[in-house]
Amino acid sequence: MPRVVSVFFPTLATDRIRRADPSIPAESPLVVVARSGSKRWLSAVDQNAAKVGLHVGMAGAKAQALVHGLHMVDADPAADLAALERLTLWALSQYSPVVATDPPDGIVMDTEGADHLQGGEELMLSGLVNRFLARGLPARAVIADTWGAAFGLARSMRAETKVIPTWKTADAVVRLPLSALRLSAETIVGLRTLGFKTVGELAATPRAPLSLRFGPEIGRRLDQMFGRVAEPIDPIRCPEIIEVHRAFAEPIGAAETIGKYISRLVTKLCLELQAKGLGVRRTDLIIHRVDNTIQALRAGTAKPVRDVVWLTKLLHDRIERIDPGFGIEKLSLAATMVEPLKDRQMVSGLVEAADVDVTSLIDVLGNRGTQRIYRLAPVASDVPERSVQRVSPVAEEDGQTWPMIWPRPVRLLDRPELIEVIALLPDHPPVSFTWRGKRRRVKRADGPERIFGEWWLRTSEWTAVRDYFTVEDETGERYWIYRSGDGVDADTGSHRWFIHGTFA
Amino acid sequence: MAQNGANPIICDLRDRIQHLEGAVARPKTVLPFGVSEIDERLPGGGLAYGAIHEFAGGGAGSVDGAAAALFVAGVAARTKGKVVWCLARPDLFAPALAQVGLHPDRVIYVEAIREEYVLEAFEEALRFGGLAAVVAELVRLPMVASRRLQLAAEGSGTIGLVIRRWRRQTEAGDFGHPTAAATRWRISVLPSEPLRVPGIGRARWLAELIRVKAGESADFEVGACDAQGRISLFSDAGNGSDQTRRSVHTG
Repeated sequence: MPRVVSVFFPTLATDRIRRADPSIPAESPLVVVARSGSKRWLSAVDQNAAKVGLHVGMAGAKAQALVHGLHMVDADPAADLAALERLTLWALSQYSPVVATDPPDGIVMDTEGADHLQGGEELMLSGLVNRFLARGLPARAVIADTWGAAFGLARSMRAETKVIPTWKTADAVVRLPLSALRLSAETIVGLRTLGFKTVGELAATPRAPLSLRFGPEIGRRLDQMFGRVAEPIDPIRCPEIIEVHRAFAEPIGAAETIGKYISRLVTKLCLELQAKGLGVRRTDLIIHRVDNTIQALRAGTAKPVRDVVWLTKLLHDRIERIDPGFGIEKLSLAATMVEPLKDRQMVSGLVEAADVDVTSLIDVLGNRGTQRIYRLAPVASDVPERSVQRVSPVAEEDGQTWPMIWPRPVRLLDRPELIEVIALLPDHPPVSFTWRGKRRRVKRADGPERIFGEWWLRTSEWTAVRDYFTVEDETGERYWIYRSGDGVDADTGSHRWFIHGTFA
Repeated sequence: MAQNGANPIICDLRDRIQHLEGAVARPKTVLPFGVSEIDERLPGGGLAYGAIHEFAGGGAGSVDGAAAALFVAGVAARTKGKVVWCLARPDLFAPALAQVGLHPDRVIYVEAIREEYVLEAFEEALRFGGLAAVVAELVRLPMVASRRLQLAAEGSGTIGLVIRRWRRQTEAGDFGHPTAAATRWRISVLPSEPLRVPGIGRARWLAELIRVKAGESADFEVGACDAQGRISLFSDAGNGSDQTRRSVHTG
């Protein structure tokens, strides 16, 4: 089952022009003008222009008459396509092995077997949109089971990202307008004349009369959208990518055979990488099946690698994900993302033991898609929940640790829980407290440790205070509790008590 | 229990059995606690490398596993090299681990998206070799799985530390079921060391060695891990305090 991401750039043409020419003021409306014969019409409008009432298809002279100070640029479809191709190549190295342009203003990719490297589908989509937005390119992205559905949803929704779960495509598309179907303009006008408004209505109509009147195109597009007809994506390739192939005279299908050829391909790839002094970060195994469908597996590594054993293990680990169907006729292995890798001198094990490199273990676990791998590093913050951040497991080891002055609990609650206490204000620990329905008498206590809000970061914490106490009940269990506020001034907090963690 | 070379015939016999048992001729080393009373109860004088050790909390600790986690962190802190910590519920507060000597640079956390995947990460990390210790926080540990993990640990010589924590206190009866672990411990909290002034003293734990291969079970009252991950036995002679009870030995 493919999982297709369709990315839609609503204002690709104008964004490209703005990027190339920073002298255009950001607040002025910008439109792109195309010519057909002697007619000049708007082929793209940016957000500012859309706000003042301009739209695609309007006559150029009319737009000029309506808006004062309108920036008009001649259309250059070739440059737009080149920009789209560059974006597609970037997406190829980052997101998925199977990526193609969806002209004039979109990218389509099959991320089956590759989304785990981005932390799942939802994170992948939001990351994708944010990275485009950071480059001044608004984008919308949808993931669905079929290209048709993802295409239609991306172009007709207001949200920036949407994940349609597997097998839920049909429910998601029934309310889409007809323009989502990738039909010619005349066909859509004709269908509207007949009273059709949504895809659902069209799908529920008998096919024969429609085909008689409009030809087979409508049926084909509907089937593609609902996944009844396969729509393979022809992946883009750039000549710099190092790629090795192996075609088979007889289609193969057994896991052992696939494994054997993967090992051979990896050996070949590593030789080519070695000749160029490169290491690979993303390796794609592309499986061409006899029924002309493509499946891809992507293996990511945390550091550049050209170790045959290591890469082979990463790919072998996921052989069970390959569905050979009626047989595989060609395997190709591509090094999609490469980085320079220099030979290093290793420390001899004679005097000091060589430091074990755990990167290969991290890669093996990371490629399973079932684990998140990280290290926890200190942050200079007194607020306990902000003093820890997740960093990459291969991040630089800086030897930093937390201050050791105060004891810290082993388990920290996700969010502090309200407790009922009996306590003497302002600075005595509680005599007893009730947490999760159980009353505990405090035998011993330490504190308070006063922690101030970070007013230099958040103005809402200007006066906020937490007073932490370590308390021990009669059985010896120790808890970390705090009072919001300093016990005197109501501005510093609500004076309610919370439990925040458990000591050992 | 005579453990170390008391009887040469027994020692020789043990060596021959070990030779017959495994094709891997690995010198079996141990990680001692540095407390002679505990070490002499353990075969070889400490926690064996290349084996699985199980730790659970007692009372409320069976759910939060706080004392067990800190005890394990202390054990891991006394090894050298990287430690992989596999978990599914990320409520561990790293500064506390740093306070028992487990530096944040040394710990790689592997957070599984579901409870079931902790086992596969644990096994993979055990097989890798070259890690100082591998820790896993597990709810269920069936016999078959533990046997598999034990073999993985034997193959690479890595010490595997399992923290058992259950979702409910009533489920903790599961700890009675046998597993292939070399030692099983239950760590419960005790009221802390009394001080002459108001405040909380050094934490104390009751460490029950419930099961040990080729050894007898025992209970120890220990003082919690210090900044280097070392525990100490609580006894009158140790700190000169007149209020602590004598350490309990039953076994």
